[in-house]
Amino acid sequence: MRMDSIRSILLAEDNQMDVELTLEALGQHIFANDVVVVGDGAEALDYLRRNGKYADRQEGNPAVVLLDLKMPKVDGLKVLKEIKGDVSLRTIPVVVLTSSREEKDLVKSYQLGVNAYVVKPVDFHDFVEAVSKLDVFWAIVNEPPPARVNAG
Amino acid sequence: MERLKSILLAEDNHMDVELTLEALGRHNLANEVEVVNDGAEALEYLYRRGKFSSRPAGNPAVVLLDIKMPKVNGLEVLKEIKGDPNLKMMPVVVLTSSREESDLIRSYNLGVNAYVVKPLEFEEFVTAVSRLGVFWAIINEPPPGSSRGIA
Repeated sequence: MRMDSIRSILLAEDNQMDVELTLEALGQHIFANDVVVVGDGAEALDYLRRNGKYADRQEGNPAVVLLDLKMPKVDGLKVLKEIKGDVSLRTIPVVVLTSSREEKDLVKSYQLGVNAYVVKPVDFHDFVEAVSKLDVFWAIVNEPPPARVNAG
Repeated sequence: MERLKSILLAEDNHMDVELTLEALGRHNLANEVEVVNDGAEALEYLYRRGKFSSRPAGNPAVVLLDIKMPKVNGLEVLKEIKGDPNLKMMPVVVLTSSREESDLIRSYNLGVNAYVVKPLEFEEFVTAVSRLGVFWAIINEPPPGSSRGIA
């Protein structure tokens, strides 16, 4: 397995500070993962479906999607619902990475089929530490589904 | 009162159980693990039947599930879990020696949360399981009704 050695991470996050902290945490590892950053849910779906400005991107799904919940245009829960309801996307691991501590967001995410749910720690160092451990698991330890999945 | 275990490990290979507990022990997570040795026992634990009928209510924060097990195999257990409204939100991580793409695809199609191939080498196995334990027992927020590991 791991036919394609480097699989990208899609980070859907509108908060610039959180993007920078996340990239800093992701950069700590020897695996130079290719991180694609999108600033809202509509762009996340464009990326995944190769629409709009991503029409020409290379085929294949990211190894994991890190998904903020509160985003402009299309929010994270709607993106999650779209992904898990689409036969060609639904096996992509999606990790919600959010400031929300509301139980309804947690429950709704799991009901929609999220793979994991991480609450962003408020403290800077804790945040970097958590994202770093998240990255180690999802980019190194987890075996993602094949980049192209047939409906099954 | 017995505490609810936050990690359910379903694994029939004794050596792999030992290694997994060793790896989880590095982050003080080993005390939180309930070990079952086949798929039927895993389901008994989750449904609180048989010898587990008096365990405290609630789901583990994560199930680590081997695929090749006696009685009921891991894929059948996964299918049961993800088809049950009371269990389907519970995170399940397949932890297997299988490098067969059919097992990988089938697991994701059944709704597995993550899929980890057991490294063959001892130190790599311990490192992988240790990282797995840290993410699922500490970093991930499990659905309501779960017990969390104490780091």
